[in-house]
Amino acid sequence: MKSEKLNLTLKIWRQKNINTPGSFVEYKISVSPDSSFLEMLDDLNNELESKNLEPVAFESDCREGICGTCDLVIQGQPHGPIPKIATCQLHMRNFRDGETIWIEPFRAKAFPIIKDLIVDRTALDKIQQAGGFISVNTGSVPDGNAIPIPKENAGLSMDAAACIGCGACVAACKNASAMLFVSAKVSQFALLPQGQPERYKRVQEMVKVMDELGFGSCSNTYACEAECPKGISVKNIARMNRDYFIAKVKTEETV
Amino acid sequence: MIKLDAKIPEGTIKDKWTNHKFNMKLVNPANKRKYDIIVVGSGLAGASAAASLGELGYNVKVITFHDSPRRAHSISAQGGINAAKNYQNDGDSVYRLFYDTVKGGDFRAREANVYRLAEVSNNIIDQCVAQGVPFARDYGGLLDNRSFGGALVSRTFYAKGQTGQQLLLGAYSAMNRQIALGNVKVYTRREMLDLVVVDESAKGVVCRNLLNGEIEKFSAHAVVLATGGYANVFFLSTNAMNCNTTAIWRAHKKGAAFANPCYTQIHPTCLPVHGENQSKLTLMSESLRNDGRIWVSKIKGDMRNPNEIPEEERDYYLERKYPTYGNLSPRDISSRAAKEAFDDGRGAQGRESVYLDFRDAINRLGKNVIEERYGNLFEIYETITGDNPYKIPMQIYPAPHYTMGGLWVDYNLMSTIPGLFVAGEANFSDHGANRLGASALMQGLADGYFVLPYTIGNYLAGDKPTLVKDDHPEFGKVANEIEDMTNKLLSIKGKRTVDDIHKQLGRLMWNKVGMARNEIGLKEVIGEISQLREEFWKNVNVVGEAIDVNQCLERAGRLADYLELGEIMAVDSLHRNESCGGHFRTEYQTEEGEALRDDENYTYVAAWEYKETGKWELNKEPLEFENVHLATRSYK
Repeated sequence: MKSEKLNLTLKIWRQKNINTPGSFVEYKISVSPDSSFLEMLDDLNNELESKNLEPVAFESDCREGICGTCDLVIQGQPHGPIPKIATCQLHMRNFRDGETIWIEPFRAKAFPIIKDLIVDRTALDKIQQAGGFISVNTGSVPDGNAIPIPKENAGLSMDAAACIGCGACVAACKNASAMLFVSAKVSQFALLPQGQPERYKRVQEMVKVMDELGFGSCSNTYACEAECPKGISVKNIARMNRDYFIAKVKTEETV
Repeated sequence: MIKLDAKIPEGTIKDKWTNHKFNMKLVNPANKRKYDIIVVGSGLAGASAAASLGELGYNVKVITFHDSPRRAHSISAQGGINAAKNYQNDGDSVYRLFYDTVKGGDFRAREANVYRLAEVSNNIIDQCVAQGVPFARDYGGLLDNRSFGGALVSRTFYAKGQTGQQLLLGAYSAMNRQIALGNVKVYTRREMLDLVVVDESAKGVVCRNLLNGEIEKFSAHAVVLATGGYANVFFLSTNAMNCNTTAIWRAHKKGAAFANPCYTQIHPTCLPVHGENQSKLTLMSESLRNDGRIWVSKIKGDMRNPNEIPEEERDYYLERKYPTYGNLSPRDISSRAAKEAFDDGRGAQGRESVYLDFRDAINRLGKNVIEERYGNLFEIYETITGDNPYKIPMQIYPAPHYTMGGLWVDYNLMSTIPGLFVAGEANFSDHGANRLGASALMQGLADGYFVLPYTIGNYLAGDKPTLVKDDHPEFGKVANEIEDMTNKLLSIKGKRTVDDIHKQLGRLMWNKVGMARNEIGLKEVIGEISQLREEFWKNVNVVGEAIDVNQCLERAGRLADYLELGEIMAVDSLHRNESCGGHFRTEYQTEEGEALRDDENYTYVAAWEYKETGKWELNKEPLEFENVHLATRSYK
């Protein structure tokens, strides 16, 4: 527990809506190093409200790094300078007294700005709706232990499934590609026996919708993995590419 | 007066659900698509209900205030989900899970509901595995289990420390499949602001579109509220920032009875408060209590580094007071014991916290095993506090976490308003006065996958509700009332911010309607809440416009409801002259400081009927225990 407050300059992106140009606005704030980054923004908003000024619109919910709602670019990096955490887990002890902090929304063609720091990430849901599931109805399923799954595969599947759907991978990528996000779901199921029946159909349909929604292509810079708050591995992208290739061959075989 | 008919089916406890399923009326498959069902909330209960109802062929409309249904707060549940599989061969059974849950709830839950919950628990695990939920497995490839508080068997299934996330994503994926098939339509960024009741039945909801402020009307044959709990009334809780009571509270004001509002759970293992601007409290999964030992110094005001406090000067107070259950004692007992240690001046390094220590487990099992079990939790802890729990004991303290109370529902999960169903944490049904760990996920999914798909069908086939179109005058009236309230909030232009007033309410609730309550405090707080409510409506400052993204307005509307709900929580606490589970009245305790129930006078559900602001009428549903005998809970 430190007690000395940090005096900071914030440069925050403010934008009324998608049709109005935005700009950085400067604020001064004094904050405890034990405070979280979003608590600092709460403080700022409380101060703005008490002066009858409109608070900065930003999103967050669980504040435990699991819901994937919070989405700020801080000092040019999605979720800020500390690796493997979401914005809500960033604490002010990681900043120095007197520092200037630049705060922006996630930027990507597929994530239009709604207001200030809020963007629209419904494109990610649309990709999931295209095939991010195993087709089973409620009720008619075998016993949970009917199919043993090697611990290693279950573990790798879990590692991929840990994706929180925040979109940092897209914001980090110079092409605004969603390959890491899509490959995480494709891999989760590709690694499990339950996922096999729809394995090759799934990968094709999810990739097709991803392309339609304006996400860019992957050029292997690994920026996505570096900025992912859950450390999702780019090996998932390799797995997805393999499956996608096999799927194409299979489709041609059946034609 | 409301007539409370729990509609508990005939038969022995083991046969009730089977009999009921057989006796329920069925909807002709060809007619299902003619029925519209609204599901508000997309957490475990909401998403699983929407997916299952969609599979059956109903037209389902899901409403959520989130930008995506996957963000619902179920996603934050860490530890696990219970089921009576008995895969560990340690003597578990449906009956034992039922028994543990009734006992854990301090004999204030409805037996028939709890038995059904235990009965369908096994189906839930099977369902989730089939969906591709990557549960933890042992080296033979079979499902692994861990233990949780309040149970002596290992029946908790888990996916690292992210079980809620994986179960929610499973339900979300099942719902996505139905969205692709056109059976479910999701309306994101809409907040339900009122229920529409026509001819005494639920016919729809009215929402605010959070992007542009438009008031939107949704009509249906039946409405499901799966909108979670109300622990954010305390301002600081483990709930997510946007969790709120608005949907159930406004339904309550439309006639749905609110049951047992005073039953709130204070979770024993949360991170301590760091300062005034703290926005929420972070939970550390209760599963940590499997291997962590909880202690404080035997010496008051001991400011030493915990690693310098020798073994003989440590008080492992849970192990000392409850040798059988020890660190796995139920949540209410563990929380109060932590408060007692702090009140005794023995908080960790003088702070409002106690130690949770892994030293012995690391020595016994090795760091690798501990890392595999709790690695991500340890990381979360270090990120927030800056301390490494492999090297120095964690500091934890209780925090509001879950609310057992909620809208009253019958065995079919229907509220006192016909056609209005309530699922998951939003209802009151299964946990009595205290919920056991790993049972919330179980209940949410039980309600959504395995109960509502049957009981809503029975309502539709039996009551044959008609559809009221959204141009019905009642929809217009409700929409106008909402617009009036919005305009009123924006026009007050007072001096205090929304959060400032919410923090004051939270402090009142924590001090007087929190872990320990008494008559004097409760009488005081009822007046104080009512005064604060008056001040809110005269002196709050809601900035911005109605026709835009306005988070300040969203928070203000939610706070307006908390300022009413807080009062009934206090009124309910005051009326219940006993201690049970999460409701502890200091006047009613044994010589050892344990909760003292009054079974003769309080073995009932208190279902409050709304009359006007600050006025309720009490209705009682007597509880009968035919299978589990009323006994003093003992975890010694």
